[in-house]
Amino acid sequence: MAASSSKVALVVDDSMVVRKVAGRILRHLGFRVSCCVDGLDALEQCRKEMPDLILLDWHMPRMDGMAFLNRLKEEHSGRMPRIAFCTTENQPREIEEALSAGADEYIMKPFDENIIRLKLEQIGFALQES
Amino acid sequence: MPEANKSILPRPVAGDLTPALVQRLACYLKSTSGICVEADKQYLLESKLRPLLTRERIASFSQLVDAIEKNRNSRLADQVTQAMTINETHFFRDRVPFDTLKEVLPPLALRRVQERSLRIWSAACSTGQELYSIAITLEEQGSLLAGWQTELIGTDISEAVVAKARKGAYSQFEVQRGLPTPKLLKYFERSGDEWLIAERIRKRTNFQCGNLLDGQIKGKFDIVFCRNVLFYFEPATRARILSRIATALRPDGYLVLGSSEAMTALASGFRPSAPGSCFYSIGNAASAAAGSRAACAS
Repeated sequence: MAASSSKVALVVDDSMVVRKVAGRILRHLGFRVSCCVDGLDALEQCRKEMPDLILLDWHMPRMDGMAFLNRLKEEHSGRMPRIAFCTTENQPREIEEALSAGADEYIMKPFDENIIRLKLEQIGFALQES
Repeated sequence: MPEANKSILPRPVAGDLTPALVQRLACYLKSTSGICVEADKQYLLESKLRPLLTRERIASFSQLVDAIEKNRNSRLADQVTQAMTINETHFFRDRVPFDTLKEVLPPLALRRVQERSLRIWSAACSTGQELYSIAITLEEQGSLLAGWQTELIGTDISEAVVAKARKGAYSQFEVQRGLPTPKLLKYFERSGDEWLIAERIRKRTNFQCGNLLDGQIKGKFDIVFCRNVLFYFEPATRARILSRIATALRPDGYLVLGSSEAMTALASGFRPSAPGSCFYSIGNAASAAAGSRAACAS
């Protein structure tokens, strides 16, 4: 499976394991991948290069996923990247809060490649057989 | 025993799953479910059934085969069938069939406007995700089917699988496969570690234990979903199943197949309802099915 090679994904998570696993899956799906450890780090990265997709953890030090999403919406006037929360929070009210804040999809940890692939297809990424 | 004679004897396989037992298991599976296990697939039987032996504390494959041959309706026989069938499924699998369903429903509803009823069958429904995806698609048609009688039937050969489908309870992994998050919030509620399908959706469905090879479902259907199943059977069995479906479909109904099953449909007289569509019209499948029944009766 491969997305268009020009697509850029940003993985924002304070867990090195998650950054590594999600990064490997997204590369396998054809994305060019960058990783950040928290929301502040991610804001800096987005100012340099706005990705097509952000895989976003909720609870992180310095700036959490929700604060990052709100700041990004304030700062960025153009077309927003697709945002998929990827977090251990798995209660309906939390999922609803994330969607209301502007997330396009919501992935509950743990995840696998199949889940990520299906979720990305649902939000419009065309993943082709490579 | 001389060496020369030894070389022509079948080689024993792991455990006590001898070629003779493999043959008996293959005959059993073919006669009960139509599943075709080739003689060189000993490893497949071994890997799929060994955990069952351990779980049920059965000492040998020989004892297992004796038991299921003796009682084909036992829980153990069901477990053997379940272990050998593929239950890979997820919500809105392949997406296109459900988009097409949305497109065919308005003209179909127009043709049924007098009777105001629709019957849809998910054949080999596994753990129910397909039928629930159909039910959700119908629910989202707004006023189109308001007040209509919609009968959504799912059948599967395994009692255990049907029981799970009826319950409508899915793990976090299962609800994340194919189900868009807004639909998860709208049609499911969290219950402990599981997600339960909303009662109003569950009540629209009817899951039954049924074998694709025999004809226990009564009445005619407007749409039959039978996707990604046929390739597990040999050609003669596929033709028999499609002949059954042709007789169960209304003349202007649709058969829905998997994307790789077009040739099978064409060979049985079905025709794509539009070029490249996974929805098939009955074409001359009905007359082919009637011919096959006449031949059987004579």
